[in-house]
Amino acid sequence: MSELIKAVEAPVNPNIPALRPGDAVSVHVKIKEGNRERIQEFKGTVLFIRKSGNDQSFTVRRVASNGIGVERTFLTRSPRLEKVVVDRHNIVRRARMYFLRGRTGKSARLKQKF
Amino acid sequence: MLKGLIGKKIGMTQIFDEGGVAIPVTIIEAGPCYVTQVRTLEKDGYSAVQMGFQEVKPKRLAGGELGHLKRNNLPPLKYLREFRSKQPEVSEGDQVKVDVFSTGERVDVVGVSKGKGFQGGVKRYHFRGGPKTHGQSDRERGPGSRSSGTTPGRVYKGARGPGHMGDDRVTAQNLKVVLVDAERNLLGVRGAVPGGKGSLVVIKETRKQ
Repeated sequence: MSELIKAVEAPVNPNIPALRPGDAVSVHVKIKEGNRERIQEFKGTVLFIRKSGNDQSFTVRRVASNGIGVERTFLTRSPRLEKVVVDRHNIVRRARMYFLRGRTGKSARLKQKF
Repeated sequence: MLKGLIGKKIGMTQIFDEGGVAIPVTIIEAGPCYVTQVRTLEKDGYSAVQMGFQEVKPKRLAGGELGHLKRNNLPPLKYLREFRSKQPEVSEGDQVKVDVFSTGERVDVVGVSKGKGFQGGVKRYHFRGGPKTHGQSDRERGPGSRSSGTTPGRVYKGARGPGHMGDDRVTAQNLKVVLVDAERNLLGVRGAVPGGKGSLVVIKETRKQ
């Protein structure tokens, strides 16, 4: 791709490590409430990573109360992302973890990779 | 004051605004342009500014083109385009850079759309095509009837139908300027711009005010 385009694209956030599908992560998002800005945490499993570079995004799934699944997609280069912490890497054999969608509780567990 | 530039489309990407919202932008390498001629009402019958863009080797231009530029001691320029302007407020030999535009402004971008070749009526004019069932297997994307019956007994001139599509001069109006990089001569406008990557585009003040 053109170097000229790269020059205007958003810089890489150093607080976001390389993510893998299946990682248990907590995403710290800046949220504006009136004039105040606060940080909200979103904890869950990385379902998949879409594209790369400037347009990269990743989707995180978390099972909220009552077993209701919540999925949120974040743009990796977005300035609203404060940081992403990888809590644990899991052993997964596919790039897109769609099978987690039908599961909750025990069956939605993944084995940890050390 | 004249506001216009000639540039080259670089491509599209997305950038983030202050609120963190991703906006689609087309990056244009615009200018530096030179004012090669000022046309006046008295002399030429209309008022406009001729501008040139992209320096080339002198041997790439014909003698007459070189002579035209040499009057104002300008470098050899590949493209010359005119911009209508009642009060240009520029003089021949001036350099015009991207900083004539500022973010938040609205512009029109003129380009030549990508050529699509010979296309049918469905793609070219959004004809609906024929029925897909009830035994009509051979005219799913057909143009249907082109005209009436005995009166007028012919197809009107200019009737829409299959033919060559694209490769036309197209103006994208009222695009918002979201990025001005004077150092690299880059201009970013929100949304798409006609033409392929590397094609010539002309940026003007918008007509829609």
